[in-house]
Amino acid sequence: MPKNNNIKKVLVIGSGPIVIGQAAEFDYSGSQACRALKEEGVEVVLINSNPATIMTDKEIADKVYIEPLTLEFAEKVIKKERPDSILPGMGGQTGLNLAVELYDNGVLDKYNVKVIGTPIESIKKGEDRETFRELMKEINQPVVESEIVTDVDSGLKFAERIGYPVVVRPAYTLGGAGGGIAEDKDELIEILNQGLQLSRVGQVLLEKSIKGWKEIEYEVIRDSDGNCITVCNMENIDPVGIHTGDSIVVAPSQTLSDKEYQMLRRASIDIIDAIGVEGGCNIQFALNPESFEYVVIEVNPRVSRSSALASKATGYPIAKVAAKIALGYRLDEIKNEVTQKTYACFEPSLDYVVVKIPKWPFDKFHFAKRFLGTKMMATGEVMAIGNNFESAFLKAIRSLEIGKYSLLHEPSTKRDLRELRERVKMPDDERIFDLAEMLRRNYSIEKVSEITGIDKFYINKIKWIVEQEEKLRRSKVEDLTKEWLYLLKKKGFSDKGLGNLLNVSPKYIYEMRKMWNINPVYKMVDTCAGEFEAVTPYYYSTYDEYDEVEVTENKKVMVIGSGPIRIGQGIEFDYCSVHCVQALKKLGVETIIVNNNPETVSTDFDISDKLYFEPLTEEDVLNIIEKEKPDGVILQFGGQTAIKLAKFLRKMNISILGTKPEQIDEAEDREKFDKILEKINIPRPKGKGVFSIEEGLKEAKKLGYPVLVRPSYVLGGFGMEITYNEKELKQYLEGTFKRDKKNPVLIDRYLVGREIEVDALCDGEDVLIPGIMEHLERAGVHSGDSITIYPSKKISDETKEKVLEYTKKIAKELKVIGMVNIQFIEFENKLYVIEVNPRSSRTVPYISKVTGVPIVELATRLMMGEKLKGLQYGVGLYKEPELISVKVPVFSTEKLPGVEVSLGPEMKSTGEVLGIGKNFHEALYKGLIGSGKKLRKDNGVILATIKDYDKKEFMSIASEFSRLGYKFIATKGTAELLKNINIDVSEVKKIREGVPNILDVIRSGMVDFVINTPTKGNDSKRDGFKIRRAAIESSVDIITSLDTVKALLNIMKLNINKDNLEIFNIKEYR
Amino acid sequence: MKAYLILENGVIFKGNAFGDIKESIGEVVFNTGMTGYQEVLTDPSYYGQIVTMTYPLIGNYGINLEDMESNTPKVKGFIVRENADHPNNFRYEMKLNDYLKQHGIVGLQGIDTRALTKILRKHGTMKGVISLRQLTKSEMKQKFTSFNNREAVKSVTTKKIYNLEGTGKHIAVLDFGIKKNIIRLFQKRDCKLTVFPAYTTAEEILKINPDLIFLSNGPGDPMDLPEVIETVKELAGKKPIAGICLGHQLLALAFGGSTKKLKFGHRGCNHPVKDIESNKVYITSQNHGYVVDRVPEDMKITHISLNDNTIEGMKHKSLPIFSIQFHPEASPGPKDAEYIFDEFLML
Repeated sequence: MPKNNNIKKVLVIGSGPIVIGQAAEFDYSGSQACRALKEEGVEVVLINSNPATIMTDKEIADKVYIEPLTLEFAEKVIKKERPDSILPGMGGQTGLNLAVELYDNGVLDKYNVKVIGTPIESIKKGEDRETFRELMKEINQPVVESEIVTDVDSGLKFAERIGYPVVVRPAYTLGGAGGGIAEDKDELIEILNQGLQLSRVGQVLLEKSIKGWKEIEYEVIRDSDGNCITVCNMENIDPVGIHTGDSIVVAPSQTLSDKEYQMLRRASIDIIDAIGVEGGCNIQFALNPESFEYVVIEVNPRVSRSSALASKATGYPIAKVAAKIALGYRLDEIKNEVTQKTYACFEPSLDYVVVKIPKWPFDKFHFAKRFLGTKMMATGEVMAIGNNFESAFLKAIRSLEIGKYSLLHEPSTKRDLRELRERVKMPDDERIFDLAEMLRRNYSIEKVSEITGIDKFYINKIKWIVEQEEKLRRSKVEDLTKEWLYLLKKKGFSDKGLGNLLNVSPKYIYEMRKMWNINPVYKMVDTCAGEFEAVTPYYYSTYDEYDEVEVTENKKVMVIGSGPIRIGQGIEFDYCSVHCVQALKKLGVETIIVNNNPETVSTDFDISDKLYFEPLTEEDVLNIIEKEKPDGVILQFGGQTAIKLAKFLRKMNISILGTKPEQIDEAEDREKFDKILEKINIPRPKGKGVFSIEEGLKEAKKLGYPVLVRPSYVLGGFGMEITYNEKELKQYLEGTFKRDKKNPVLIDRYLVGREIEVDALCDGEDVLIPGIMEHLERAGVHSGDSITIYPSKKISDETKEKVLEYTKKIAKELKVIGMVNIQFIEFENKLYVIEVNPRSSRTVPYISKVTGVPIVELATRLMMGEKLKGLQYGVGLYKEPELISVKVPVFSTEKLPGVEVSLGPEMKSTGEVLGIGKNFHEALYKGLIGSGKKLRKDNGVILATIKDYDKKEFMSIASEFSRLGYKFIATKGTAELLKNINIDVSEVKKIREGVPNILDVIRSGMVDFVINTPTKGNDSKRDGFKIRRAAIESSVDIITSLDTVKALLNIMKLNINKDNLEIFNIKEYR
Repeated sequence: MKAYLILENGVIFKGNAFGDIKESIGEVVFNTGMTGYQEVLTDPSYYGQIVTMTYPLIGNYGINLEDMESNTPKVKGFIVRENADHPNNFRYEMKLNDYLKQHGIVGLQGIDTRALTKILRKHGTMKGVISLRQLTKSEMKQKFTSFNNREAVKSVTTKKIYNLEGTGKHIAVLDFGIKKNIIRLFQKRDCKLTVFPAYTTAEEILKINPDLIFLSNGPGDPMDLPEVIETVKELAGKKPIAGICLGHQLLALAFGGSTKKLKFGHRGCNHPVKDIESNKVYITSQNHGYVVDRVPEDMKITHISLNDNTIEGMKHKSLPIFSIQFHPEASPGPKDAEYIFDEFLML
C-alpha cells in the first residue's frame, strides 16, 4: 500500500522532560519522525514540554507547542489545530500513555483524530500484562509463570506457590520504576507496596525469577501489510536480573548459534504479527544458557531506548521508517538511505561489534545505593564500535569519562578476593572492574561466569585484556615491540592506558606510534557489511590497512559533542552541537561531528557531513583531527567534555575556534579568575581558603553567617554546604579536615539574594544578551535545579544595565568569542558575580526558543569571524517578549535509592520543562503541571518539618495555606508553633517515637505534599533524609525550598482555571 | 603461522593460517551472515570456494555435531577476521580451528575482511589462493589457470541411491549437493524420500513412480551439467517437479531459459524476496553465484529479489513445476519462507 493521502496533519507527542529511563533517545526518534513526516508533505503538530530538545525547534515541526503533556493540554492542542491523525509511538512511554489516555477519554473520537502507526488496541495488547500473556499463550510463545496482583496479600500467596525469588514489575511505568527482585517475604511486601503505588493502573506483575538467563533483545519493524524484518538483535552481557538500561549490551549477539538466533528471530516476528504492530517494536527474551528454552519477557510496541541504540549500531533509521509506515508505506516502498539503492525491507548485516555501557549518576550521588537490579538507574549511555569485542569494549570504557583508560580500578585492587566475589554477585557500577580484578588474581574463569551469569565468552575476552595489562605492568617501555603495540592498538588499548601501565606519558606512546606508523583507519557503518556501495558518512576507527574516509579539500570545522547524558550535562548540549553543525552548513562549511552517545540527534548520520562515532578523549579526537585536518575545532557546545580538551589541543597546536584555551583556563581556574574580577573591579562574594578550624571560625565571624563552605579540591558542588552558625561550621570543618588535612576549605559569604543568569554572545568587542533570567529559589540552590523565569519583572532596569556592563567587562577581559554563561547574585542592591562558564550552557536551548534569537547559530558565526553588528540581532540587551516562560527542573531521585532529595548546591535534576503563559503565574502553573506536580486544592493535607532557621518565614506561609483550607500534620516542634497561631494541625510521632510515625503517615497516602527544609543533607541516618526519601518513594510531592513553596502557594491562591489557559505555538512567542 | 591470500587481480592480504595449514585455491566469495558459520562450512553449494565471512568474530559458539548441512565441510578455505580462541555455548563440542584441521581445510584469519569484501564487490568474485608464502607471477598464473570448479557436483553428490522412510508423499530427490535441512523439512512433512545421484537417468528416477521430483541445490555453474539438463527435459511433464537454487537454474535451462554469473553473488541471511502472487516480502537465506536471467516462455516469475530485481522463483504456466533460487530451508538464516515446502508438496 503506498502513502495514505488522507493523512494531511499529524500530531506527534514528545516524551517530556529527561528522567532516568527516558532520556535523549526520544528527541532523536521524535525529530527523525517529524522530519520523515514533513518530507512527505504532511503538516506536523508537536507537543512536548521539554524545551531542551531539537524536536521542539520551529524547523522540525510546522506547529510546536511547548506545553504540559497532560490530557487537558493535549486536548487544547487538538482542539486548536484539528489534526486528522496522531502518531503515538515516538514519545516513549510518556507519549504512548498520553495517546492511550486521549483515546480512552474519547478525545480522539470527539475531534475525529485517527491513530496512525501501531493501533491503540495493539499497544494495549503489548502493554497490558494480562492481555499480553493471553496472547502469548494463544500463539504458543512461552512466558514466565506469573500473576497480576492488585494487592499485597494475593502477591504473597502467589509467591508461596511458585517460590522465591520473585520478580516484581509494575505495569505502565518508566524504566521499570518501582520494580525489584524479592528474595523473601519481607522484601516482597516492601517492593509490592511501592510498585502498586507507582503503577498508573495499580497493577503489579509477579513472576518466577529467571535470574541468570541470557537477556536478548530484537528490534523488529512491521508494515501494515504484515511485512516484517528484524533490524538488529542485542545481547546483554549482564544476564536477566539487571535492567537492560543498566546492562552492558553488545550488538549483534555473540554467543548465540544460528539456531538460537533464528529461533528468537522467528518468535519476534510471530509476536509482532500477533500484536499487530505497524512500526517499530522491541522484544526482550530470556534464554536459558543451558538449553533452547526461552521466555518472552517484554514487548515495547513503540520506538525505545533500544531502538535508538539499534539505529546507531546498524545505521538503519528505525524512527524514520516507522513514521513512513504510519503514513501507509510498505517496507519495500521505503528507500534505504544508506545505500540509496536498496529498500528499507532488508535486515542490516554488521561487520563490526558494538558495545553499549550505561552511564550512572553515582559520581554525583556518592551516597546512592549503587546496587543494580530491575530498576534502571543510568542517566545515559555510551556506545563504541570496533571490529573486535575488546576494542569496542575498551573504547566504551574510556568514553564514560570516569577517568578509566584501562580495566585497572584502584578501589578494586584494595578489595580482597572474598569481598570482590561478594561484590560481583550483587552488581553495581564497579562490577566490571571488580570482575577484572578477580581475573587479574587468577580467580577461576568458570567460577566468575557461574556467579555473575556472564557468558565465559566475554569473561575470556576480559581475561585477555587483563593479562595484557599485567604483562605491560611487568614490562619496560623498551619491551614494547612494534608488533605488540600494533596488536594492543588493534584491541583498543589507548595511549593513555598503555602509558599508565608502562609508566610513561601518553605522548611517549603517541610518539612511538608515529615512529612505527601505527595509525588508525576509519571504516564505514553501512548496514550491509560492505555488500553494497554506501553513501553514509558514518565512521569508526580500527587499526587496519584500508581506510575508507575520503578527506576533502573543503573548508571544514569539527564540532566536539558532549558524550553521555549525565546530571549536569544533558540533552541541552546535544541541542547546541546540532545547531552549531547546522549553522556551519549554512555557511557552506563542511562539518564533522565527534560523539559517542547513541541516544542523540547529533549522532544521526544525516546531521553532519561526517560523523565519527568515537570516544571523546584526547587521543581519539586528535586521531580524527590528524586524519581530517579541519580548519578549526569548536569546543563551546560540548559541555565540560569538550572544554576539557582545550589545553591538550592547544598543546598540539590545533586551532580552536572562539574563545582561546588560555582564557578558558582563566575562567575555570578559581584563583586566576578571582584576580581577573579584582582587576576589572567586579565584586564577588567575599571568601577565603582556610587550613584549620580556628582560622575558619575566625573567617566566618568576619564574613557573617550563613557561610558557604566546600573543600577546594572537588568539582561539581560536591561537599558544598551552607552552614548557619558556628556549631554547624565547626562540625563541617572537623569532618572535612579529618578526611583531608592538606587542602584548604573554601569559605564564602553566603548571600541570600536573587540569582540572575545570562547567556551572552560576544565577538571580542560587542556583547549581545538574548535574555536575563531570574532564579526563583534564592542563591544556594544549584542553577540547574532552580526554577528559572524569563523575562523577570523583578529585576530592575538598573540591575539589567549592571548585568550588561559586567557581562561586557568579563567578556572583553576573557576575550570571549562565541558564548559565555555568567551567574550573578543580587544582594542588598549590589550585584556580585559567582560563576563564569566560557561555553554554552543548559539554558541556551530554552532562551533561544523564547527569545527567537538563534543563539548557537550566532555564536558559531562569531567564531567563524563575523561581528554581532552585522548579524541583525543587534548588541546589548535583546528586547523582551510579551510572554513569560518559566523553566521548572525535573528530578529522578525516586529512582535512585539513598540519594538526597533536597535542593542544594549540588545539582540533582535530570531534566526540565517549560511553562509559557501571559503572566508569571500562568507560566509557573504550566511549568509545575508539566513537571508532574499535583496542584490539588480542596481539603489538602500538608506535612511540614521545618528547620529552625526557616520557621519564622514559614509561619506566614502556613497561615495562607490554612486560609486556603489546607490542614497540617507536623512533629512536635513545628506543630506547637502552628498551634500558637491557631492553625489546624495534627501532631505526628517522630521516627524514634514509635509507630505510627511520620514515615507511616507519608506512606499511607493521606498527605498531599510534604514541605521539608533540610538542616543537613546527604546523611541517610537523619530523620529529614528519611522523610524526604519516604515522600519521594511514595510519589508524594515534596518541596525543600521555601521559595518554591511560596511560588506554589501563590499559584493556589490565584485559583487558575486551566480551561481558560491559552496554549502557544512557538512561532507566537514573539 | 603467517599466510597470504593472493587474489587473481594481484591484491595480497597478509594474515595467519589456522585449521589445516596448507595451500589452497578456490573462488573467493563473501557471506554476510552474522551467525551460521557451521552451516556455511558444510553447505555443499560452497564446494570449490574460499568463503570469507564479513562478520568479524567467527567461531564464538564453537562447532557442534548437530548443525551440519552435510557430513564434512565443503569449502576450499575459510577466511575470518578473528577465529574465536575461547568459544562457549551449551552445545559447543569442538573449536572451529580443530574442526577445520580434522577435515583438512585451511583457514586464514587476521586480514581486513571488509577491504577484501569491497574488492570482491567492486571487481566481482575471483579466484584466490591461500598460500604460506608469496608466489611468483608465473606460479600464480599457473595455479589460477589450472583451477576450475566444473566437477563440483560430481564431487558432492551421493554416490549411491538411498531411501528415507516416511508415510506421506514419495519424493525423488536429485542430489547435486543437497543440504541436510532440505531433507529434514521434507521429513518433517512425513515425506518418503529416495535420494539419487546427480547423474541418474530419467528412466531410473521414474521407476519409483514418485509424487514429486525434487532438484536440489548444489555448487557451480548449471551450464556445466548438460547431461543433467537433458534428464530434466525428459522428466518434464511426467511428474511434478520442484527445485531449489541449482535445481531451479537447471529447470530454467531445461525449458529454454538462460542463466548467468552474478558479479559477486548473493550470500547471506538478509536477502529480501518478494512473492509476486501474495505481494509479501520475506527475508531469505541465499547462496548463489549464478542466476536465471531469462525465464523460459512457458514459465512465469513468482519471486524477485528486492536488492537487485533478479529472478528468485518461477512456476510453469501449465505444468506442476515450481522452483526457487533462495533457500527456504534456511540453515543458516531466517525460516520465514518455509511455507515454500508446503507449496512444493501441493504441486
